[in-house]
Amino acid sequence: MSPAVEFDQITCTFAGTRGSYTAVQDVTLAIGAGEFVSVVGPTGCGKSTLLNVAAGLLKPSSGTLRVFGEPLAGVNRKAGYMFQSEALMPWRNALANVTAGLEFRHVDAREAKRRGEEWLERVGLAGFGDRYPHQLSGGMRKRTALAQMLILDPQILLMDEPFSALDIQTRQLMENELLELWSANRKSVIFITHDLEEAIALSDRVVVLSAGPATRPIGEFPIDLPRPRDVSEIRLSPRFVELHDRIWHSMKEEVLKGYAQTKNRVAA
Amino acid sequence: MRYLRLWQALILFFIFALWQVLAQPGLIPPFVWENPDRAAFFFGEPVKILRAIWVWFSEGTIYQHLWVTLQETALAFVIGSVLGLAVGLWLGLSPTASALFDPYITAMNAMPRVVLAPIFMVWFGLGIWSKVALGVTLVFFIVFFNVYQGVKEVSPVVLNNTVMLGANRKQLLRYVYLPSATSWVFSSLHTAVGMAFVGAVVGEYLGSARGVGYLIQQAEGAFDINTVFAGILVLTAFALVLDFAVTRAERRLLVWRPTQSETEQL
Repeated sequence: MSPAVEFDQITCTFAGTRGSYTAVQDVTLAIGAGEFVSVVGPTGCGKSTLLNVAAGLLKPSSGTLRVFGEPLAGVNRKAGYMFQSEALMPWRNALANVTAGLEFRHVDAREAKRRGEEWLERVGLAGFGDRYPHQLSGGMRKRTALAQMLILDPQILLMDEPFSALDIQTRQLMENELLELWSANRKSVIFITHDLEEAIALSDRVVVLSAGPATRPIGEFPIDLPRPRDVSEIRLSPRFVELHDRIWHSMKEEVLKGYAQTKNRVAA
Repeated sequence: MRYLRLWQALILFFIFALWQVLAQPGLIPPFVWENPDRAAFFFGEPVKILRAIWVWFSEGTIYQHLWVTLQETALAFVIGSVLGLAVGLWLGLSPTASALFDPYITAMNAMPRVVLAPIFMVWFGLGIWSKVALGVTLVFFIVFFNVYQGVKEVSPVVLNNTVMLGANRKQLLRYVYLPSATSWVFSSLHTAVGMAFVGAVVGEYLGSARGVGYLIQQAEGAFDINTVFAGILVLTAFALVLDFAVTRAERRLLVWRPTQSETEQL
């Protein structure tokens, strides 16, 4: 069976005022059906660029992206995308935000409302459907965004540091909820994060990216921790610590490189 | 502050009282004006002004004029807003059209549009439509610039998210650009309604057979300063009522907008 998402020698170059900038170069990476893959890398290394390519929002300069074996043209209709920053429509209440995708697909309004309320309940927001985004806390907005994506039952989930803005307790709660929802109905997940612990705790496989520019994968680590997992408990297991050590060693150099570059850019 | 309204009313009363006293004949020394009645002639007397207003309302002669002014204001506001919204959306979404029309928009906005009033009278007659046309030219640009800006500032993340949820171009327009632009229309609502009102009154003042602006203009022709002030007071009160109505409408329509005082978070 062909992989859910396959990056085949993807390169993305942006034209800028100070010459062109190559964000990612020759990325070849395959995510299997039902596989949870985390992509980690230093800040500003072009992780989001990869995700935008997978979503079809960004056309790569060269290379092919295949979705279940088919080259992607236009927006990836099999994928749901959860953004790092606020993406809810502020003029729609939580329920209307969750059911927006159904509305675009001309699902009957009553049916959409029923399913929307069901999903709000599933993400722990029963009774909050009539709140507008600004009346919800950061965590609740993330849950709404999660329900908004999952209600369409996409086969591929693209998640761009979705929980990075949350406090640590809310974050672990959300991670556990995500794992629970995922294990009930296995989808392929590309989960971008800069937090290695989060990556290991959630994934089947962790992909480490090099520092930018011209980012590419420099290591892949299968995570053989047993499932179901509890993200806060699994961090204490010896195997987790061992994996963390190994991946961290391979990352360290790149992180320092990325840090030095950021520092130079600020200095310049 | 306690009794805020009471204090506000007291200030108004104080101003009127001072005005009344200063307008008394003989109070202003004769070396300023030889005629002791000159002060009252130039500045009017609040008692007479209020009496004129009382007569208008008790006899009911003012209502038809207010009604005409209200109609003109409302029509100018609605037509100007719809046009501004449509053109703002169009130019905001089409870079080519925006680049093409940019100098014309700037020029038309810079033009003092009040001078168009006589032309509108030739085109649309002395009835309400020439006043509506003047109001529209004032309202249009306020709404247009707000919508244009609003379209440009739609969050790209919200747009991308909506695209990923499966919206096509038409749905993007309807579900993202339009609500976003509408919120910008409402944020300019106070100014827009005010401008519609100005257009109506100025239009009436320059030539009409009905409306509060017409009443003022007639009184000015007869050097009846008290009636002029009465008309101004009625207009001011009317503008306050309009503004109050706009605030109420805004509160209902923009519930989704965060306000600073709102601390209701969970």
